[in-house]
Amino acid sequence: MLIFERSHPGRRNAAQAPHHAAAAGGPSTGLRTGIPAALLRQDRPQLPEASEMDAVRHYTRLSQKNFSIDTHFYPLGSCTMKYNPRACNTLAMLPNFLARHPLAPEATGQGVLACLYDLQEILKDVSGMAGVSLMPMAGAQGEFAGIAMIRAYHDARGDKGRSEIIVPDAAHGTNPATAVMCGYTVKEIPTDANGDVDLDALRAATGPQTAGLMLTNPSTLGVFEKQIQAIQKIIHDAGGLLYYDGANLNAILGKVKPGDMGFDVIHMNLHKTFSTPHGGGGPGAGAVGVAQRLLPFLPLPVVEKFPSPPAGEGAQRAGEGASGEAVSYRYLTEQDLPQSIGHLSAFSGNIGILLRAYVYARMLGAEGMHRVAEFATLNANYLMAELHKAGFTVAFPQRRASHEFIVSMKPLKDATGISAMDVAKRLLDKGYHPPTTYFPTLVPECLLIEPTETESKKTLDAFVAAMKEIRDEAHATPELVKGAPHTMPVRRLDDVKAARELDLTWKPTANTRTA
Amino acid sequence: MSNPSNLRYTASHEWVKTEADGTISIGITQHAQELLGDMVFVENPAVGRKLKAREECAVVESVKAAADVYAPVSGEVVAVNNELDSAPEKINADPYGAWMFRMKPDNAADVAALMDAAAYQVVVDSEAH
Repeated sequence: MLIFERSHPGRRNAAQAPHHAAAAGGPSTGLRTGIPAALLRQDRPQLPEASEMDAVRHYTRLSQKNFSIDTHFYPLGSCTMKYNPRACNTLAMLPNFLARHPLAPEATGQGVLACLYDLQEILKDVSGMAGVSLMPMAGAQGEFAGIAMIRAYHDARGDKGRSEIIVPDAAHGTNPATAVMCGYTVKEIPTDANGDVDLDALRAATGPQTAGLMLTNPSTLGVFEKQIQAIQKIIHDAGGLLYYDGANLNAILGKVKPGDMGFDVIHMNLHKTFSTPHGGGGPGAGAVGVAQRLLPFLPLPVVEKFPSPPAGEGAQRAGEGASGEAVSYRYLTEQDLPQSIGHLSAFSGNIGILLRAYVYARMLGAEGMHRVAEFATLNANYLMAELHKAGFTVAFPQRRASHEFIVSMKPLKDATGISAMDVAKRLLDKGYHPPTTYFPTLVPECLLIEPTETESKKTLDAFVAAMKEIRDEAHATPELVKGAPHTMPVRRLDDVKAARELDLTWKPTANTRTA
Repeated sequence: MSNPSNLRYTASHEWVKTEADGTISIGITQHAQELLGDMVFVENPAVGRKLKAREECAVVESVKAAADVYAPVSGEVVAVNNELDSAPEKINADPYGAWMFRMKPDNAADVAALMDAAAYQVVVDSEAH
């Protein structure tokens, strides 16, 4: 249901309409905008016509249909759906942040630039990289920027023969997609029975054609790649670079630095690890960090600090250096980094998200970062152990889980016909967002479960109890599980039809004024 | 559904049928379609494309996952089954009838060297842990 479908011709929302527009009476007349009449539109825009109360009810109902981290436990594996502290929202929405225009002079925006600079420094520190750019506006764009930098690096050295990116089969689907977007061929390598990269296959796949390897560590199988030193040596000896997919950074935050593992480039999903709002397609932030040799290629703009006071009309004093001297901040441009892979957005990334991540990082401090990794891993291992104890099939019981782990529903499906998808749908009825289903594809009928550090033991215990209930139902009343969800605003959707007959276009209804 | 004994198989779950004219038809097995679930999209190689054995050459996409399909042997693509563009669900309904593409193998002996139905069943059973 869109607000357009609540539209009634002639209805007005006085509180939301500027009085001069309401007084205008007709299309674009009476407005003192200074815009020449020839450039003003003559027809009405296609907007919904609704009263204030219609609008309030519409959006309140929509929010009530939301199954979100604010309302429910949300153990969606590989997505790190952790609580988003309200303080981050409040501070990122301070009036002077909100009112700042992206084209305003840098001298009047020293506060924002100081925050972004500090965030770059924090991310450099936790990732162990030499430089960071905050510009990518999503994880996928961060990946794109990372591989584009690897390409720029090889090209700048005249090393043109490198055509392949190696990707383990456990990788997120975005990895091979990114490699292809950047003009590379993907070489997939298998995982061994323990969930680690198959080193012999990696050696066989590596050569003078290798541009780099994309690796997620801990992997999507929820285990830490123990052979990372051997892996980095194989790739570096062949002249390739190592890309760290930061999707699972939450598991090692403040504990292990990707830079120390030998990675040359990393993207960090701030909307996961740094707890900014996430889901429903964004907005995200996929900051990239690079080792020394990739610094010249960072996407722009990057914020730099200079040991001189900011100059210009209305200049703000933003901060002080170590010995109290004035400092200033400005964006680096193509003049500063002529080899940069360029801009990824019109201005400077998803700045509202970056500010939230900055507040989150400052609230935690270095000490709190450790706790994120510790509690995220503790919660995952506790939940895995309890489910294992309850008789569920854990994919790698011999391995300690990282921040997430896999349970296979194959035995339940063989015994009762109830699939991982049926269990997932029934969890909705029990008040839990389902874990990720059928990913990674290496484990049949799998649920990928990531509780995050922000959930209590009580919540985890209740989730285990719900899983047991569903297993009992699968045996006693399988139709109940197959028909789930029963309590949601919509029942089970026809995802096959939706995928085969894509319909992504809003069409005007009878009540929509179209001219 | 058992795997037809007149076909050859690969470890990556393609079946191969030798046609009367010496070309081979390639599709995905019952086991593969069952794992993937409801098909929503099929991408076939271009006719005329030369393929090496084990080369990724087609994609099947279901509601759960996208999977690569590999050339079982070296050869040239001589035909594709365009019916699957609008009706990918035929792979689910009749995996051994819904061929995806046809190749002219460089060497007919390569086809004979692929697994028979019994050997392929061992592969399937080993995956069903």
